[in-house]
Amino acid sequence: MIPQAFHYEAPTNLEGAIALLQKYGSDAKIMSGGHSLIPMMKLRLATPEHVIDISGIQGLEYIHEEGGALKIGALTKEVALEESSLINDKYPLIADATKMIADPSVRNLATVGGNLAHGDAANDHPAVMLALRASVVAAGPNGDREIPIDDFFLGFFTTALEADEILTEIRIPIPPAHSGGAYLKMERKVGDYATAATAVQLSLDADGKCAQIGIGLTNVSAAPMRASRSEDLLRGQVLTEELIQEAAKMAAQDCDPNPDLRGSIAYKRSIVKTYTARAIHKALERAGA
Amino acid sequence: MANITVHINGVPQTLDVEPRLLLVHLIRENLNLTGTHVGCDTSSCGACTVLMDGRSVKSCTVYAVQANGKEVTTIEGLAHAGQLHPLQEGFKEEHGLQCGFCTPGMIMRCVDLLERNPNPTEEEIRWGISGNLCRCTGYNNIVKAVEYAAQKMQAAEVPAETVA
Amino acid sequence: MFCNTSKEIGGMGHSLKRKEDARFTQGKGHYVDDVKLPGMLYMDIVRSPYAYAKILNIDASKALEIPGVLAVITGRDLEKYNLHWMPTLMSDTQMVLPTDTVMYYAQEVCAVIATERYIAADGVAAVEVEYEPMKAIVDAHKALDPGMPVLRPDKGKTDNHIWHWEAGDREATDKLFANAEVVVKEQVYIPRIHVASIETCGCVADFDPVEAHLTMYMTTQAPHAIRTVIALVAGHVGLSEEKVRVIASDIGGGFGGKVPVYPGYVIAIAASVLIGKPVKWIEDRMENLQADSFARDYDMTCELAATKDGKIQGLRIKTLADHGYTDAAANPSKYPAGMFSICTGSYDYGVAFTEMDAVYTNKPPGGVAYRCSFRVTEAVHAIERMVDRLALEIGKDSAQLRMENFIKKEQFPYHSPLGWEYDSGDYGPALQMAMDIVGYDELRKEQAEKRKNGQLMGIGICSFTEVVGAGPSKDFDILGIKMFDSAEIRVHPTGKAIARFGTKSQGQGHETTYAQIIAQELGIPAEHIHIEEGDTDTAPYGLGTYASRSTPTAGAAAAVAARKLRDKARKIAAYLLEVSEEDLEWEVGKFFVKGAPEKSKTIQELVFASYTNHPQGMEAGFEATHYYDPPNLTFPFGSYICVVDIDPETGSIKIRRFVAIDDCGNIINPMIVQGQIHGGLTQGLAPAMFEELIYDEDGNMLNGSFMDYLVPTAVESPSWETGHTITPCPHHPIGAKGVGESPTVGAPPAIANAIIDALSHLGVTHIDIPITPQKVWNILVEKGVIEAV
Repeated sequence: MIPQAFHYEAPTNLEGAIALLQKYGSDAKIMSGGHSLIPMMKLRLATPEHVIDISGIQGLEYIHEEGGALKIGALTKEVALEESSLINDKYPLIADATKMIADPSVRNLATVGGNLAHGDAANDHPAVMLALRASVVAAGPNGDREIPIDDFFLGFFTTALEADEILTEIRIPIPPAHSGGAYLKMERKVGDYATAATAVQLSLDADGKCAQIGIGLTNVSAAPMRASRSEDLLRGQVLTEELIQEAAKMAAQDCDPNPDLRGSIAYKRSIVKTYTARAIHKALERAGA
Repeated sequence: MANITVHINGVPQTLDVEPRLLLVHLIRENLNLTGTHVGCDTSSCGACTVLMDGRSVKSCTVYAVQANGKEVTTIEGLAHAGQLHPLQEGFKEEHGLQCGFCTPGMIMRCVDLLERNPNPTEEEIRWGISGNLCRCTGYNNIVKAVEYAAQKMQAAEVPAETVA
Repeated sequence: MFCNTSKEIGGMGHSLKRKEDARFTQGKGHYVDDVKLPGMLYMDIVRSPYAYAKILNIDASKALEIPGVLAVITGRDLEKYNLHWMPTLMSDTQMVLPTDTVMYYAQEVCAVIATERYIAADGVAAVEVEYEPMKAIVDAHKALDPGMPVLRPDKGKTDNHIWHWEAGDREATDKLFANAEVVVKEQVYIPRIHVASIETCGCVADFDPVEAHLTMYMTTQAPHAIRTVIALVAGHVGLSEEKVRVIASDIGGGFGGKVPVYPGYVIAIAASVLIGKPVKWIEDRMENLQADSFARDYDMTCELAATKDGKIQGLRIKTLADHGYTDAAANPSKYPAGMFSICTGSYDYGVAFTEMDAVYTNKPPGGVAYRCSFRVTEAVHAIERMVDRLALEIGKDSAQLRMENFIKKEQFPYHSPLGWEYDSGDYGPALQMAMDIVGYDELRKEQAEKRKNGQLMGIGICSFTEVVGAGPSKDFDILGIKMFDSAEIRVHPTGKAIARFGTKSQGQGHETTYAQIIAQELGIPAEHIHIEEGDTDTAPYGLGTYASRSTPTAGAAAAVAARKLRDKARKIAAYLLEVSEEDLEWEVGKFFVKGAPEKSKTIQELVFASYTNHPQGMEAGFEATHYYDPPNLTFPFGSYICVVDIDPETGSIKIRRFVAIDDCGNIINPMIVQGQIHGGLTQGLAPAMFEELIYDEDGNMLNGSFMDYLVPTAVESPSWETGHTITPCPHHPIGAKGVGESPTVGAPPAIANAIIDALSHLGVTHIDIPITPQKVWNILVEKGVIEAV
C-alpha cells in the first residue's frame, strides 16, 4: 500500500494555502493531520497531484470561549479536546464523542477541522456539531464566511466548502445553564466507525421543560443528519419517558442507513432508537434534571 | 524531492525524500532503524507506533515530510545510557510479549500513555492501547507490564520530589 | 508442580524470564523485512479483481516504461521452466502464477520486479490486465449442483468434489440413533477465518548464480520442510537441496499461517534466479488477509443420541468442507480431515460415526491448522455445542451432564470410538475447579432471578480434550517425511552449551523453555544454554512448530539427547572417581558416590574432562543428537466457563468473566504456559464474536483489511482468569503435553454456549459463530422480545 507520487507544499500562512488552492484547483488536496487523506492515498483511491499540508499554519489550534461562543481552531487535534478541562467540564457531548474517535495515537494527529471538512457521515464530529448547532468559518480568497452547520454538509462526502476555501474555525454557542449533552456510539469494536451513533445536546428552562435540543446522527445517512422531527417533538416539553421514546422512534424512522458489514437497515434503525433515548436520558441527567 | 531535517532519537538527520515517503519507511529503510514495524497499512494495528514531539503516532500513516523539524523517538531511542526504560523492563518482567512484533509499537504507545496518565487504571490502560493490536498475549500481561512500569516510574519520582 | 532444581539452574517449573525479550523490547528483533542485502530488488504482485475469470491479456508495457521497473513475470514466463504450478501439502496442485484462468479474488496474476519498493508498487498500478469474468462458485453447498462449472478439470475432475472421508462405525451408529430415547441435532457452521499474525508473510530470495546456491530468508514455521519442498519443486531447474539454505529468524506470529508455501515465495525465487540478484517480497495486510491460506470453514450437521436421563450414547457428524480452489490444507498426509475424529470429546460412549466431503470453490486455498492441531477446533466446537444442546433438551444442568458423562480417570488409557488412544486425563477436577472459582451455583441462581425481570445473562462451559504433538511415524508424515522432531546439544569445554532444534518458535519462547528442559536433565544453568532454530544449514532436520508439537516432539528430543549426555557423564565420573558406574548416583548437576557424597564430580567438571581427560577408547567431546519419534500423541484437556451479560435492546454482549482451567501435564515454565493460554483465549474470542472472512455472491472478499476484519483489542478482550490441574503425560520423557492451542480450541464453544444459554429460555438452541450483536438482535426481534422500528 504505497501512495502515488505527488507534489508537496507546506504553506506557513492561510493566504499562502488559499493561493495554492487557487493555483491547483481540483488537483490539490488539503491535509492537516492526514488521517482521512493518507489512508485513501495509500489505497490509491485518492491520487492528488498536489498535497497542501496546512499543519504548519500558526494560530489555528485553540479552544476558548469568546463572544458567547466556544471557538475551536480547525487544526486543533482531537487529543487537545480530550485533555481540555473546558471541554470536559462544560461540553460533555464533545468529550464523549472525542474519546470514541479511532484510537489515542490517531487522535494525537487527527484534527477537528479535518474530521468535519472530510464530509463523511461516518465521522463523529459532524453529528456532534449538528446537535450543538455550531457554525464553521471558511477562509477563502475573499476573506472569511461563517456557514451554519445545517448548511455545511451537502451530501455524500460533499460540503459547502468551495475548492479554494479552507475550514478555519468551529463556533459553538455557549450552552445556557441547565444544559447537558451526550454521545452514544455503537461500534463493532473500539475505534471502528459507528454502526450508528447519536449526539444529543439539550437545555432546560426554569420549569424543567426542554428549552432547546439538538440531535445529530452518525453514519445512518449519506450526509450527516439532524433528527429534526424528534427535536421539534421535544422542544418546549417536559421530557417524559413516553415523549423520549416517541422522539427516539422518529429518529429511527427518519434516518436512512445502508445495509453493510456493520448491520442491516432494521438493526441500525433500532440502534438509533435505543441510543437516542439513552443519550437524551444521559443529557438530561447532565443538565441536572 | 523535499529536503527535510528530522531529529531521530536526538540526532538530526537531513535527507532528500520523496514527498510520498511514509515516515515508517524513512525510519526503517533510510535510517535502518528496524525496530519499528509495519503490520496493517491502515492505521489499525499500531505496530508502527513512534513518538513525534513526544506523542505517539502511527508512522505508516504519516508522511516523512510531516515530520520535518520534529523530534521522532523510536524504540531504539528509548533506553538511556544503557538503562532500559521501565516499560521495556516491565514487558519482560510481566511476560508482556511473545512474538515481539507488536512490542516496539506497544511500548512506544505506552510511553505516551504513562506520560499523560502516570497511574492508570486497568480500564484506562486497555482503552489507552486500543489502537495497538497484539495477536499473542491476550493483553492480560501487557496490562500488567504497564502497571509495573507505572509503579516503577512513580517510585523513582518520589525521592526526586522529596529532595526538591 | 514438578520443580526440583534451584532457581540458578532454572529447570522445569521455574517461571524464568524469557531470554528472547532483551532484543524484542529494544527493537533488535530480526524479522524478514529487516533483511537488507546489497543490490536487493523488490517484488510486488498484481492481483485479480475477480473470483473467477479468464485472463485474456496482460499488458506490462506501461509498467516496464517506469524507470526502475526491471521485469514483469507472468505465468507464461514460469511455464517455460515448468514452475507455474506447485504441489500442495495435501497432494493437490496450486498455481504459482496463472497462465489462463484466475480462481479467486486477489489471486496472484503477475509480479513486478523493481529496484525499490515504491517503484514496484507503481509498476503494479501500471500493469493492464484484460479479464473475461465468469460466474464464480462461492457457496460450498452449491458446488456439487448439476450445471456448475467444473473448477479443476486439470485434476481429471468431472465435478467439484475433492474427497470423501469417514471414521467410525456407520451401521452401528445409525442403528443406535434409530432406537435412541433422545436425539438432538444442529447445523453448526465454523466460519472461514484468518490467522492474522501481526507480521504478514514475506521472504528474501537470494540466488547466487556463481555457486548455484539459494539462501531463502523467510517467515516459515517449518524451515526444513520448506527446504525439501523447494528442492522437490525446483530441483529440475538446478536447485539442489545441499545448495538451498532456508533461514527463518524472528517470526512475528505464525499460528499455522506460516506453514504453507505461498506462490509469492516461489515467484521471488524464480525472479532471483532469473535476474541473479536478491529479491524481497513482503505482503501487505490486504494481500495477507485476502490471499493467504484461510482456516476452518466446516459446515457440520451434528447429532447426539442419549438416554432421557442424560447418558450420552452416540455421535454422528456429517461435514461439508470448503477448500477453495485447491486443497492446500496443512494436514499430515493420511489425515485429509486432520484430527477431526477427536470429536467424540471428553465423554465415554460406545459408538460414533463421522463423514466429510470436501469441495472446490472460487476462494483462496487452505485450510491451515490455525492454532489448532489440525481441525481439533471444529471437532471440539461440535461436541461441546451438542452436549449443551442435549442438556437443554432433557432439562439437565450442563455441568452436571458433563460430570456424569466424563471418561473416568481409571479408564485411561482410553480407546475412543473413533480410534484414538487417550493417554491420560482426569476431567472432573478441572471442571470442578472452574466451577468453584467462578461460583457456578450462585451464578445459576442469579440467572434465574434475572430472567424473571427480562435481563439476559448466560453461563457457558466447554470441557475439551485436545489431540496434539504429531506424531508417531507409523501414522504421521507430511509429503512422506515422518513427523519426528530433533534436538542437538553441544556442551563446550567450560560447561556452557548450544542446542539446536528442528522446530521454529514464533513467540512460544523456545529459547527459554528448551534451555529449561536441558537444565533440568543436565544441571547446567538454563542461562548458559543458548538455543538456536531456523537455519537449515546448522539445525538438525525437523518438521517445525505447529499443532502444539514442539514440546511433545522437540522438547522430548531435548530431554532424550540430554540423557544420552548424562550417560556419558556417568562413564566419565566413574573413570575420574575410580568407581563403577553402578556406584554413582545423580543429583541435579553432579554425580556422587553412593554412601560417600563428598566424592563427587559436577557436570561442569565432567564436561571439561570430556575434552581434556576422557577415558581411553571413549569418543571425545560432549555432544548428542536425538530424533524423537513419539510413541503416541498427547491429549491436553481443560474446562472453561464463560459468563456473559447481554443488552436486551441492542444485542450487545459483554463477557463478565472467563475462567480457564488447563491441564497440559508437567509444566516447563508456568509464566509462559499462562501467557500462551491468555493469548489463545483472545484468539478464541475472536472467531466466537468478531472474526469471519466474508464474501459477496461474486466471490469478492468484503473485509480484507484490519478496518473490517475485526481482530480484538485490549478493550474487547476480557481479563482472563486461569488455573491448572496436572496430569502428567505417561509416555513423554518429561510428562508434558503441549498447551499452545488448547485455549483457541476451548474458548469459542464456551463463549457460544454462554450466549446461547442467555437466550435459551426464549427457545434458542444454536447460533453460529461469530455471534455478533446484530445476530442476537435478530433473535430478540424474532422471539418478540423487542420490536423493530
